[in-house]
Amino acid sequence: MPDKLRVSHLNFHYGDNHVLHDVSLAIPPRQVTALIGPSGCGKSTFLRTLNRMHETVRNAHAVGELLLDGEDMLAMDVVSLRRRVGMVFQKSNPFPKSIFDNVAYGLRVNGWRRHHSLAESVERSLRRAALWDEVKDQLHDSAYALSGGQQQRLCIARALAVDPEVLLLDEPCSALDPIATAKIEELMFTLKDTCTLLIVTHNMQQAARVAEHTGFFLLGKLIEFDRTEVIFKRPARRETEDYITGRFG
Amino acid sequence: MIWRKLVNWIMFALTGLCALATVSVLFFILGYLLWYGSRSLSWSFLTHLPTPAGEAGGGMANAILGTGKLLLLTTLMGVPAGFLAGVYLSEFGRGSFPAVVRYTADLLNGVPSIVIGIFAYAIVVKPMRHFSALAGAVALSIMVIPITMRTTEQFLRAVPQTLREGALALGASQWKTVASVVIPAGFRGVLTGTILGVARVAGETAPLLFTSFSNQYWSSGWNQPTASLPVMIFNYAISPYDDWHRQAWAAGLVLLALMLTANVAARLVLSPKVNQNA
Repeated sequence: MPDKLRVSHLNFHYGDNHVLHDVSLAIPPRQVTALIGPSGCGKSTFLRTLNRMHETVRNAHAVGELLLDGEDMLAMDVVSLRRRVGMVFQKSNPFPKSIFDNVAYGLRVNGWRRHHSLAESVERSLRRAALWDEVKDQLHDSAYALSGGQQQRLCIARALAVDPEVLLLDEPCSALDPIATAKIEELMFTLKDTCTLLIVTHNMQQAARVAEHTGFFLLGKLIEFDRTEVIFKRPARRETEDYITGRFG
Repeated sequence: MIWRKLVNWIMFALTGLCALATVSVLFFILGYLLWYGSRSLSWSFLTHLPTPAGEAGGGMANAILGTGKLLLLTTLMGVPAGFLAGVYLSEFGRGSFPAVVRYTADLLNGVPSIVIGIFAYAIVVKPMRHFSALAGAVALSIMVIPITMRTTEQFLRAVPQTLREGALALGASQWKTVASVVIPAGFRGVLTGTILGVARVAGETAPLLFTSFSNQYWSSGWNQPTASLPVMIFNYAISPYDDWHRQAWAAGLVLLALMLTANVAARLVLSPKVNQNA
């Protein structure tokens, strides 16, 4: 199967600060890929480059080849790129709107107007995010009334509503308790049938549980990228082994 | 040891006294206005036109309406410009231009209001060859623009960056993000700031003296000299008639009541109790 995403020789700068050094990797379609590494290693920056969220930051500059299904992502219209590559953030960020309007937001932005199909699509997205049964009677209440874990699943539902081909998750469980975390991990398994998922995580057990492939970042370099069991059982590089066995970081 | 305690006590007393003095000034003004104003305040003051000098009775209905008219026109002209400029500063401005705009706005905010009045006289009254509500509203708009701009910027900046990223990540354009997520999230704050800004210029006298001027009668439309409460207070207070002095007190009370109402309304808008979303 051809790679969903292919990154070659990506270098990233914040002003004079060289954050990513010559990163190259290929992400297979309809699988979960985890990115691990200590804080400040550049894994979140790498993730944000994949839907060009870095462009909201002044002085941020990415050079290299980024291909989505063979198309040059840096040359693409940024709005159409983000419609294909969705993102879920570390801290849940529902809009100050109702649950329904949160999920419908991406659809409305994309020009959906008919209320009937909108409602259908909102329901489907909430079901896929395993949230429907918990919120179906309060769709028009404020999203802020939900718990932290529910808010994060709402943000996933919101991202799913526009049918992204790739979903980027930036430490989506770091603020959640183990039960909410388990729900989101379960969800990732079911999303794989339509979506390519990339997750940045500090939790190595989580990477081991959910991901087929894992990449290890250190000081802005991709040290090692391989099948998850290889990374965790017989890593090729000394740095990787040190990190996953907890000898540093 | 004793010395330290003494200094502590003295400073406590001194700062407390100054705080008390500040509050008492407000209550003193309020009490004074209530005392003198309420004695001349009557239904006819609110509903009748001024009487000719020397004749007792009459009211300031035209000035109350005139102030309303001026503020409406000011809100229509100044607030949208200030609001959009504030949106630009908070959301779109890049490079050094926003810093220039911000600094200029602060300067504009500090320009004495009488100077703004002269300016409005030169650009509106002189070419049109007569005083008008429009000229007064132009002067007040110039004052309201920097206030609205800075409060809009301040409240939109307080909207978390994560909300903007959330909308952008769903494929919303920057303008769409601003219009459908950022502005609604900061709207209550912006509205509060705007109400307070308009209330602040509501009491301005100097910019109106030679722009909207005054009028003893009703003025129709936007093109005639128009009475307003602050200018009426000024004219009546410096007149030699006791009856006019009393009416000036009543007008002061009405003006203060309008501003306090606006203040309370602004606080209610900002209070979390009436907000369903946050």
